[in-house]
Amino acid sequence: MAVNFTLNGKPVSADVDPETPLLWVIRDTFRLTGTKFGCGIAQCGACTVHLNGLTRRSCVTPVSQVGGGTVTTIEGLDGPEAKAIQDAWVDIDVPQCGFCQSGQVMSAIALLREIPKPSDENINQAMGGNICRCATYVRIRKAIHNAADTLASTAEG
Amino acid sequence: MKRILFTLAGTVLLATIAGLALETASAADAPAESLKAPAAFESIKDKDARSVALFEEMGKVFTHPRCSNCHPRGDSPRQGMAMHIHQPPVVRGAGGMGAPGMRCSTCHGKENMPFVTGEGSIPGNPAWRLAPAEQGWVGKSLAQICQQLKDPERSHMTLAELQKHNASDGLVGWGWHPGKGRQPAPGSQTLFGELTQAWIDTGARCPQ
Repeated sequence: MAVNFTLNGKPVSADVDPETPLLWVIRDTFRLTGTKFGCGIAQCGACTVHLNGLTRRSCVTPVSQVGGGTVTTIEGLDGPEAKAIQDAWVDIDVPQCGFCQSGQVMSAIALLREIPKPSDENINQAMGGNICRCATYVRIRKAIHNAADTLASTAEG
Repeated sequence: MKRILFTLAGTVLLATIAGLALETASAADAPAESLKAPAAFESIKDKDARSVALFEEMGKVFTHPRCSNCHPRGDSPRQGMAMHIHQPPVVRGAGGMGAPGMRCSTCHGKENMPFVTGEGSIPGNPAWRLAPAEQGWVGKSLAQICQQLKDPERSHMTLAELQKHNASDGLVGWGWHPGKGRQPAPGSQTLFGELTQAWIDTGARCPQ
């Protein structure tokens, strides 16, 4: 059965079992391998994408649930929040091994789109489901604050 | 060395939360608890005592983890038959649907979804969310739960609306269809609705 949706701004069609996890479709059907398989049970956040603008763990999302919707992966990020986060990540070298980082970035951007100047508590609540085995949490928090400052200065600018 | 320690700590953390997520796998094989039908209480001649007995039977559902886990006191849902704090960490948020960036819908979809790892599943329902904070009852007695259900300031429902909620609400109904790896709530939603109606018909008395 074909499932139609928008992937990174382009209409796509996947002829797969409707119960296939979205993560499989993203990686195997469309060869977008930036989104990672971590735990497979929605406990680590490595597979986070945006579905209709909100964070979604693609390893526990049947592709049938996406039909007609809009999916954005790490490869398709765009906009001021995405640029601010990417710049902040690079500026302070957030990643260590990097495996979890696409999920971290997806969650961080979703947070900034809703809360442009997040508190530590906002960050804890939004990012608590994204695990980093290298424990880069301190740098992740700092990068989110830096990105928020960049967005604020751009807006004032 | 520090890096190795962090990596080890991360591995242990991930293994622990995976264990928490899957701890109910054996409970899934246990048969659901039974629930008596209203007719089973007809032998209780005293109407008030019958009403209390009906509520105590309903209490098997209210206090079952499938129902109580989403009626927490405080801002963290519970999980599993042991009713441990939800992992990953989440908060109630606006409308009981989580925080910006980490809403219930980040993980919970419209229906239960088996894990690709082959063990257990993630629960889902189109209305997935926490019950209102005023309807938190984890750790409360049946008498306290009964009083707050009858208090419209806290339940936000009339008794008739409560009966409808118990008998036919889709998210309540999920408790009897919780998916692979979870023990269902006792009995059936139909029986729960019938018990609720019988309790109301007998005066909606509360245990002391």
